[in-house]
Amino acid sequence: MTLAVFFGCTFIAFGPAFGLFIFTIARDPLRIIILIAGAFFWLVSLLLSSLIWFIAVKASDPQDERLQKGLLIFGVMFSVLLQEAFRFLYYKLLRKAIEGLVALSEDGCSPISIQQMAYVAGVGFGLMSGAFSMINLLADALGPGTVGIHGDSQLYFLTSAFMTMVLIFLHTFWGILFFHGCEHRRWWEITAVVIMHLTVSGLVYGAEQAPSQDPEALQDVPIPSHPSPPLPSWRQDRASPSLQYLFSWTGGPWPALVGQALGSICGSQPTSVAETGSLQRPFGSLHKTPQFWGTQLCWPCCELSPS
Amino acid sequence: MSEESEESVPLLPLQQESMASALFNTDQNDNSERRRHDNSERRRNDNAESETNGQPQSNVQQVVEQDEEEDEELTLKYGAKHVIMLFVPVTLCMVVVVATIKSVSFYTRKDGQLIYTPFTEDTETVGQRALNSILNAAIMISVIIVMTILLVVLYKYRCYKVIHGWLIISSLLLLFFFSFIYLGEVFKTYNVAMDYITVALMIWNFGVVGMICIHWKGPLRLQQAYLIMISALMALVFIKYLPEWTAWLILAVISVYDLIAVLCPKGPLRMLVETAQERNETLFPALIYSSTMIWLVNMAEEDPEAQRKSKNSTSDKQAPASRTQNEDAEADDGGFSQEWQQQRDNRIGPIESTPESRAAVQALPSNSQTSEDPEELKLGLGDFIFYSVLVGKASATASGDWNTTLACFVAILIGLCLTLLLLAIFKKALPALPISITFGLVFYFATDNLVQPFMDQLAFHQFYI
Repeated sequence: MTLAVFFGCTFIAFGPAFGLFIFTIARDPLRIIILIAGAFFWLVSLLLSSLIWFIAVKASDPQDERLQKGLLIFGVMFSVLLQEAFRFLYYKLLRKAIEGLVALSEDGCSPISIQQMAYVAGVGFGLMSGAFSMINLLADALGPGTVGIHGDSQLYFLTSAFMTMVLIFLHTFWGILFFHGCEHRRWWEITAVVIMHLTVSGLVYGAEQAPSQDPEALQDVPIPSHPSPPLPSWRQDRASPSLQYLFSWTGGPWPALVGQALGSICGSQPTSVAETGSLQRPFGSLHKTPQFWGTQLCWPCCELSPS
Repeated sequence: MSEESEESVPLLPLQQESMASALFNTDQNDNSERRRHDNSERRRNDNAESETNGQPQSNVQQVVEQDEEEDEELTLKYGAKHVIMLFVPVTLCMVVVVATIKSVSFYTRKDGQLIYTPFTEDTETVGQRALNSILNAAIMISVIIVMTILLVVLYKYRCYKVIHGWLIISSLLLLFFFSFIYLGEVFKTYNVAMDYITVALMIWNFGVVGMICIHWKGPLRLQQAYLIMISALMALVFIKYLPEWTAWLILAVISVYDLIAVLCPKGPLRMLVETAQERNETLFPALIYSSTMIWLVNMAEEDPEAQRKSKNSTSDKQAPASRTQNEDAEADDGGFSQEWQQQRDNRIGPIESTPESRAAVQALPSNSQTSEDPEELKLGLGDFIFYSVLVGKASATASGDWNTTLACFVAILIGLCLTLLLLAIFKKALPALPISITFGLVFYFATDNLVQPFMDQLAFHQFYI
């Protein structure tokens, strides 16, 4: 975890998109507005679809695993369809905007074409989708922990980052295709986009699942035990113990403590995140992490004298 | 030392932001009107409409000719460009607030409440809590209303000195005291050892330069930066001292109040804006963020001699002049650097300012507007503060955390965009809070309660939508 993973995953997931943004969108204020409006439309579609899913979940039996799974898949499909519907609505809005721009202009030509708008709208959808998928993961990646310590995949963050990057690109391309199909009344293009979106969203299901909560699997891994150290008083109101990873390289008291710790790591019990149920986020906020990547907090065994 | 918190934040900063929250744009209407005139009738020789510069008509035409190719973009790009010019400071303010909330735990710790919100929210029953928060919000809003009316009354009866003193004291408080506390907490968070002498030096410099920039003259970017910083500080104070339900209620009620105060004919803020327009004065620069050059008109000058002199100096900046032929005036360039002047020339075209043209400027009855740039856009600091309060509270208390913060951020920006669109259509001062805060609140509660569980489940199963 920590900074290397954080920056690596951030750049994998958002690097190309930010490159696109900086080189093609940031110069023109009109494009920035279209980008943010596109993000807004995606957000509204997500809101409505999660409302439907939430109602369905509340109306159903929470104990029935298969039903919940089925409802989730239904939620995903419905969300995809709603996203495409909002893409169509956005297309309509942008068409009207182009007419307005043309009317305001002197020589009857708008400063931005529908193809450019399609591209920017796609990037807007993609950025928002990627941000919503990835940001909480990135924030957790800053903290301490070991990915996959329960025997699950160690590549969870990496795969998420790559998936996010792919999805941002896909949204961009789908935006262009969709608008092109709407412009030229080629309905097969629009259906192709919808089907592709459904396929991609449904594809991941059945692929590598998130780490299991199977108690037998949990018991296979030998877990060393050590007590969690008391926080020194000067860090009482510090946000989180995970900040040590940020500041260990800046010096301060931590190098000495790490040296002490390395000399005495043996037979200690990690504090399991799964047990406490909540992870102290970096930068101070408490967040109920879904216990899916099975991180464990492994504290170096260090004797800290309360000062 | 700064642990025992000030439970009674003085009224002054409150007044500052309450008054400023609704003012949106005072000159925009005239300017966009002029712009539309220029667009539709290109070579109109009517100088009476142009309120912002006093140079001869030929120069206006020259300006218009230069922009002819881009004229078709001028009206909307003018809108688009200025939307971005407001997006950037609003985003910066929010980023500062969110970064502080996430790293400095002082601002999320409960250290009591303000005296304006006396009822506690640690009650046994939900009903009691709701009642307490409603009462708190009611008290806060009535305080804000009373002080706004007081300010309008003072302004109407020309008690400029009182208003000035009030504003100076409140910005002194913000720039020195609150920033000292902020600095102290940041040092504590990162465990930086610091001595009082260095801190005194830093705060002194920061505060004095801030006072000069805000209340007198200064480079535009520096003034904008200071306004953003004091808005962020004020927002952090609100986030710290307002309990949860009270905060959301206050946000909702104040956007309703903003709507009423700016749009109703007898609304205090509307009266303030109209009085200022009647007297051809600009409103208090300490309360308004301006996207272009803003000047403090000496409102308190009653002496005609001094007024003429000050008009001389202000109109020297008003009339866009790159090279003044008058040597005296050149000495008083008002702090404009050469780069700024060249930039202005690039935008508007090299225009000479002669004593004759400036005399003509002063002779024009309607030309005491200090907004020299027709593309100026103003946003009240209260808007900055309440946007940042919303996003800061979202990042502090949401279970969805970054998703909620991001959603509120996008919602506020879209609300601002829509408000600017309405401004372009209606061309008069509009409240900037209602649309943005409504969107922000809707998205906060929706994302926190509906979207976050959905996204959690999706992440659990590694679905990507």
